Amino acid sequence: MITLADIIVDAAAGQWPRVPVSADLWDLAGQQLAAGTWTLVAHWGEPTTVHAALREPATGTTGILSLDATNGHFPSLGRYAPAARRLERTIRDLVGLEPEGAPDLRSWLDHGRWDVRHPLGVQVPAVAPEPYRFLPVDGEGLHQIPVGPVHAGIIEPGHFRFTASGETVVRLEERLGYVHKGIEGLLLGAPLDRAAKLAGRASGDSTVAYAIAFAQAVEAACGVSVPLRAAYLRAIMLELERIANHVGDIGAVCNDAAFSLMHAHCAIMRERVLRAADLAFGHRLMMDRVVPGGIAKDIDQKGKSHISKLLAQIGKQFPALITIYEDTASLQDRTVRTGMVRHDLVAQFGAGGYVGRASGRSFDARKNFPCQPYETLDFEVPTLERGDVDARVRIRIREVEQSLSLLRQLLAQLPEGDIWVPIIPRLAEGSTLVEGFRGDIFAWVRMNEDGTIARCHLRDPSCFQWPLLEVAIDGNIVADFPLCNKSFNCSYAGHDL
Amino acid sequence: MGITGTLALQAVQAILAVALAPLLTGLVRKMKARLLCRLGASIFQPYRDIFRLLRKEVVLAPNASWLFSGVPYFVCAATWVAAMLVPTFTFDVRLAPAADLIAIVGLLASARFALALAGLDVGTSFGGIGASREMMIASVAEPAMLMLIFSLALVAGTTRLPDIAAFVQSPALGLHISLMLAFVGLVMIAVAENGRIPIDNPATHLELTMVHEAMVLEYSGRHLALIELASSMKLLLYVSLVSAVFLPWGIASDGASAAQYGVGTLLYLAKLFVAANLLGFFEVTVAKMRVFRVPQFIGAALMLGLLAALLRIVSESL
Repeated sequence: MITLADIIVDAAAGQWPRVPVSADLWDLAGQQLAAGTWTLVAHWGEPTTVHAALREPATGTTGILSLDATNGHFPSLGRYAPAARRLERTIRDLVGLEPEGAPDLRSWLDHGRWDVRHPLGVQVPAVAPEPYRFLPVDGEGLHQIPVGPVHAGIIEPGHFRFTASGETVVRLEERLGYVHKGIEGLLLGAPLDRAAKLAGRASGDSTVAYAIAFAQAVEAACGVSVPLRAAYLRAIMLELERIANHVGDIGAVCNDAAFSLMHAHCAIMRERVLRAADLAFGHRLMMDRVVPGGIAKDIDQKGKSHISKLLAQIGKQFPALITIYEDTASLQDRTVRTGMVRHDLVAQFGAGGYVGRASGRSFDARKNFPCQPYETLDFEVPTLERGDVDARVRIRIREVEQSLSLLRQLLAQLPEGDIWVPIIPRLAEGSTLVEGFRGDIFAWVRMNEDGTIARCHLRDPSCFQWPLLEVAIDGNIVADFPLCNKSFNCSYAGHDL
Repeated sequence: MGITGTLALQAVQAILAVALAPLLTGLVRKMKARLLCRLGASIFQPYRDIFRLLRKEVVLAPNASWLFSGVPYFVCAATWVAAMLVPTFTFDVRLAPAADLIAIVGLLASARFALALAGLDVGTSFGGIGASREMMIASVAEPAMLMLIFSLALVAGTTRLPDIAAFVQSPALGLHISLMLAFVGLVMIAVAENGRIPIDNPATHLELTMVHEAMVLEYSGRHLALIELASSMKLLLYVSLVSAVFLPWGIASDGASAAQYGVGTLLYLAKLFVAANLLGFFEVTVAKMRVFRVPQFIGAALMLGLLAALLRIVSESL
């Protein structure tokens, strides 16, 4: 059997070598995806090329395959791998390349509301949109419940089409794309500082993770290694972001079961984290603090002590909250065995983050792609097997505990030194995988010699989690959907980009 | 007291029901907010909400029938009549002979039936979901309520509220297991009927989990104001009902003095305050249950009613 390493053996060093392949090898990649020996990490297009970033779980080998598509077509990977289907529809909408033999050719991000079609490829004027056809569901006594895209709460827009038999969900179909901002289009030709800001706004709650992903991709392209102090400070910000989001999510899941007590206390704790971040780094969400080459603002002794104080406070209060979660029978009754996701599906889609880890996929970019400072730090990647709402909450709880420990180590070992090195632009490409709070964010950047961005692709972890939500709700009752959805907490903005 | 006197007291009781109902809702919300470390809105906020809604225009779906716009008036009227039947601070009111538990249950059931029809009328999926869930809950809650009334009637020998209260107040009443069981059962039914946590969450924004709120999702303006008022009055009604049946102390009886009416009113207000705080506290400490668990919850109330009746019969035959 051919392995990924066999294909990319000649390629230059680096974690993500990109190799042009023939249609045969491309097809082979599809078969390997179907067999589950390789996992799809990202799939995106350029006007005349399609790329697929792959990982071989058994060996940890990674690489990017590129197929020439000058004729406007490419053989579909979605025929073999369900994980590729929505990405192919995205490629078709954004770049205009046709996936040959794809099982689903409906538009995905393009709702017919743009001025042009194929904004990232050969642009053509928009035509009148076809009505979107939801997948047919046949059966007696079934009824449809359309929900969204505008919801009652302050959340992002997305449409959910439920087909239900009484209260039981027979099928859920998502329709996304309402918050497409055209970030990749805006990045074309953008100077580095503006590009870094844009990348940090792909999904506001993961702004640090996105900024790090973009910066690392640029640094990989230009062969720059950041000073150790900057790497440590980036990790501190990343873990603070993770704690803030996880704590907020734990409360929000409980609130969707109408248990507002947890929500209130978790909201207070999240606010404490954000205030400490504001005091230490000058921005509550730490937006624009990570720049290619290092970080924008150093932390002083006071900032360090603010974070230490925060860690002591959370370390004291968090266990009490967790006891409330674990000891409230009415809450456990809602979360346990609700919205189950099987391990094989998580592996097939390569779903990362708490969605993957709650169903037994232990992938974590911090462990699997060790870089400074994580390779010298002591932490665990918690996994559970049950894959229900409760498991996803418990993974978050364990991850908060790990992040607290990581922050203590990072603060204790924080080295002195520079926080930034200049980027010397060159014509090159770079890719990286960064573990945000939702899961692994993939970033690929091609630089121009003048320091502008030639092309950039950012892949949100939600791309491989949204499809699993459709599976998770199957056979559950309609009223449990908010709980399942919140336990996934997928990003609309990051997915629609 | 003469006819004019009882009529006047009846009018006072009817006005009290409307005037105090939003305050009770406001108190519950305030209590919940304080328990969740929030300041919370003023306890008078529900009044402001109702006045605001009354001033706003009504947005009607194009396919809404006369039923849809008529139902809020009917629901509000039926709930109001039911609420004014329940003794609050005195028994000496004009409609006291009609203050029958079965009449009250009937009035509330017809209001609920009308609201479920209105939920179906506009044909949105949420209205349908809400109506079907409400009816599912009603189909178990109403028998349970009747079972409880039956056991009360066995104990007290009547279904008229003033007579039940007089029986409970009488010094001859010893420790009554049946009454205690009925009390717990009635509180459970009150929680379910009013759509409180753990049955339904009146504060939720999640359309898919709503029961009562889903039915009234299409209402706006004065229609919504009436429905909100009716919900508040229903809550007040159940609090008054539980206190009139099981804690009737202080309620002024026929021919009482002005001072006794005063004491009755003050005690009634105190009961409302305690009930609001207890409800708020309870709601903060439990999560909402799955829709299909609701019949089990109400089934427990039904069983309590059955047990109360059985114990009564057994103790009688001894």
